Amino acid sequence: MALALCVLSLCSLFIGVADLSLSSILDDPQVLVVSRLPRTLAALLTGASVAVAGVILQLLVCNRFVEPATTGTSEAAILGLLAVTIWAPAWPILGKMAVAASAALIGTFGFLALTRKLPPEQPLLIPLVGLIYGGILGAAATFVAFQADLIQYLGVWMSGEFSGVVAGRYELLWLAGGAALLAYLAADQFTVAGLGRSASLSLGLRYHQVLALGIVTVALVSALVIVTVGVLPFIGLVVPNVVSRVMGDNLRESLPFVAGLGAGLVLLSDMIGRVVRYPYEVPAGTVFGIIGAAVFLQMLLGRRSYA
Amino acid sequence: MMKMSELSYSVSGTDILRDISVEIPARGMTALIGPNGAGKSTLLHLMSRQMEPMSGQVVIDGQDLATITAQARALKLAVVAQHLNIASRIRIRDLVGFGRWPHARNRPTAEDRAWVTDAMTHFDLIALQDRFLDEVSGGQRQRAFIAMAYAQDTEWLLLDEPLNNLDLHHARSLMARLRDMADHQGKSIVIVLHDLNYAISWADHVVALRAGRVAFEGPVQAMATGENLSNLYQTPVAMDHVDGRPFARYHR
Amino acid sequence: MPDKRLIWVGVALLLAMALFLFWGLRGKVWFIMELRATKLAALLCVGIAIGTATVLFQTLSHNRIMTPSIMGFDALFLLLQTGLVFALGSVGYAQLPAFGGFVLEAAVMVAAAVALFGWLLKRTRQDLQLMILVGIIIGLMFRALTSFAQRLMDPSEFTMVQGAMFAQFSGVDDGALLASAVVLLGILAWLWPRHAVLDVMALGRAQARGLGVAYDWLQFQILCTIAALVSVSTALVGPLTFLGLLVASLAHSLMRTHRHSLLLPAAALIAALVLVAGQTLFDRVLQLQSTLSVVIEFGGGMLFLVLLARGHIR
Repeated sequence: MALALCVLSLCSLFIGVADLSLSSILDDPQVLVVSRLPRTLAALLTGASVAVAGVILQLLVCNRFVEPATTGTSEAAILGLLAVTIWAPAWPILGKMAVAASAALIGTFGFLALTRKLPPEQPLLIPLVGLIYGGILGAAATFVAFQADLIQYLGVWMSGEFSGVVAGRYELLWLAGGAALLAYLAADQFTVAGLGRSASLSLGLRYHQVLALGIVTVALVSALVIVTVGVLPFIGLVVPNVVSRVMGDNLRESLPFVAGLGAGLVLLSDMIGRVVRYPYEVPAGTVFGIIGAAVFLQMLLGRRSYA
Repeated sequence: MMKMSELSYSVSGTDILRDISVEIPARGMTALIGPNGAGKSTLLHLMSRQMEPMSGQVVIDGQDLATITAQARALKLAVVAQHLNIASRIRIRDLVGFGRWPHARNRPTAEDRAWVTDAMTHFDLIALQDRFLDEVSGGQRQRAFIAMAYAQDTEWLLLDEPLNNLDLHHARSLMARLRDMADHQGKSIVIVLHDLNYAISWADHVVALRAGRVAFEGPVQAMATGENLSNLYQTPVAMDHVDGRPFARYHR
Repeated sequence: MPDKRLIWVGVALLLAMALFLFWGLRGKVWFIMELRATKLAALLCVGIAIGTATVLFQTLSHNRIMTPSIMGFDALFLLLQTGLVFALGSVGYAQLPAFGGFVLEAAVMVAAAVALFGWLLKRTRQDLQLMILVGIIIGLMFRALTSFAQRLMDPSEFTMVQGAMFAQFSGVDDGALLASAVVLLGILAWLWPRHAVLDVMALGRAQARGLGVAYDWLQFQILCTIAALVSVSTALVGPLTFLGLLVASLAHSLMRTHRHSLLLPAAALIAALVLVAGQTLFDRVLQLQSTLSVVIEFGGGMLFLVLLARGHIR
């Protein structure tokens, strides 16, 4: 896996509008350092942290079919960004990010509160409610953006792409990667939380603290990714499901693979997006939206037993 | 000894349990019985602080359960819930291993690993240990959760209808295992049971609930009378004795 | 003797229509009247189409929280439209006659929807929630595919389809409107004699078949009908996700009946009323342009969540 990631990253460094060969790098490392390297790193960091956020949310909600981009977290973050863009456009990026993260936090708590009201024997209601909830927040965001003439911003935030990434404009993603790494330290806690409230309480897990930690991670990662590259749907959904199918949900074992697969798939999507309509670019989010949806459908319809 | 005093619980204005005051003796098996909707599971949840009562308290060995930390509680008392449908895909070995989590947190020792193997042996899971939870049958999953609680090695073990998915063989051997734990390891076991004859032929004590109140409680031999049980279930129940244990006849 | 409640809704609708047409009429009266009448006709067509399609779809899916657009019907329509532009090029697409072009699009839509959702209904018959979820995902995938296809286009082609992405009630094409109205009337004429058999179908497949209804064949026909109705409304104004849900549950709580002879007209009238009254309010009173659809989406979505939280799902 690590090997595959390295190969992908190397390829990514050499794909793009500006010609880049080994000799030209030696002459002028500018393109590599300012554009290609940051872009590759950004894709890797985004993919890894979004996939990790997805698996955490799934364990906290005890449901396989959710991810931050389909449960209102992303839309809430966008609402926060809109608010800060309207009222305090001069704030530094970190401040905007904080507002977006707080909004994402509130939005995710709202979703969790909603899911608590649903009957546990109907597991598919949870993703359904998540999608509708996200739809409502999205409609609110559209309305606000329309009134404030910020529809273009909305478009940028809603579709994840890496074409705007250059050195100096992606470094926040390291924070997202850090949050994902931090989550790994609490891997066992999240695994236990995934066994459900009852089992976690019986095992003496401080359930609400773990819940809070998980939600903060999810909200932070979502907000950071949206601020820098935009929403990347399906990564957080598909990657954990694929990994779980192969190696289960013991996060201490599986989390590195979740992160690695997420990073690889996002990078691959970005590369496909760069190549398919050369010299124009298709957003990585769109590319993965199609692949991811197809994989997810296959998973939904292909599952035989369902508890 | 577990002492419950004036426990009440209600959901949106409707009383589920009212003023429950019962003492459950340590070292033995106590069965919670009663008709559907009597509040048996709720009482079990209150005992384990899975739910918090509106009023009243639960005291184990002089300690109020509400005042100790979650981890301290997990070292005293393990629970096996009734609904075990979890979305998480986890191997049986790992699940049972989490029973040692209150003891070892993230660093299991050789002793912890021995406990896990022991638990899997007792509950007939060795052959299944590498299987994922969603790839085994309902009964096997149930046994895995019971083994996890066993590995937790607590003085108190609370089980909510553990026989639900079990076949004849595994139901009987589970009850025998619990009996053995009560008799030889000094464990205190509280078990919600639907099958009246399982309850009265294996347990030492019964607590009978009806409509959110205690109908009767005490040693099985004294309390399991035809009259008591007929009143409890509002159905004629005749008592017999088989091999010196009470046996209820109500099937026709 | 029609139902009293229906009459009241009808009267309210007429009132709203009158308000819409005549309120604030100044200047070139006939010119404005003509503009408004076209817009009004479009609103009526869309309302009737969405109300009817939603009730039908809820009957087929035996579920009160379903709408065709939750299942991705309108996303499919947008994808097809994008595909048409892509295949014919912007020039070829523009040369299609409005009437014939619409009929062609609707026909393709019906074929695609029947193939896809017929398969889906069959595949997930045992599990309603699974069906909804799959439908939603399919819808999301269609949207991604649509935007993917748009990225592959020339900018001129792109602007052609971009207009169709958001619901808007102004700038309706006369030819498309005429075609929609014809299709709509045809569907209603076909549907009306079948209201009684719909009541039986609502009982479920097994029961309906037990009572001698050719369930599968009828289901197929109604699926075609729904696809055509969605084509009508999406072609005229673009996707509206929650309007159908809003009006179908209003119709259910107003009529309190399972009878389609009352439900269908009620839903159609209420949808038209919501659209006309809402548009009047937004155009004339609030002076807000093109935001009605967003507000309807928001309100309908909230209603959806309330319904779910209250456990109104069967």
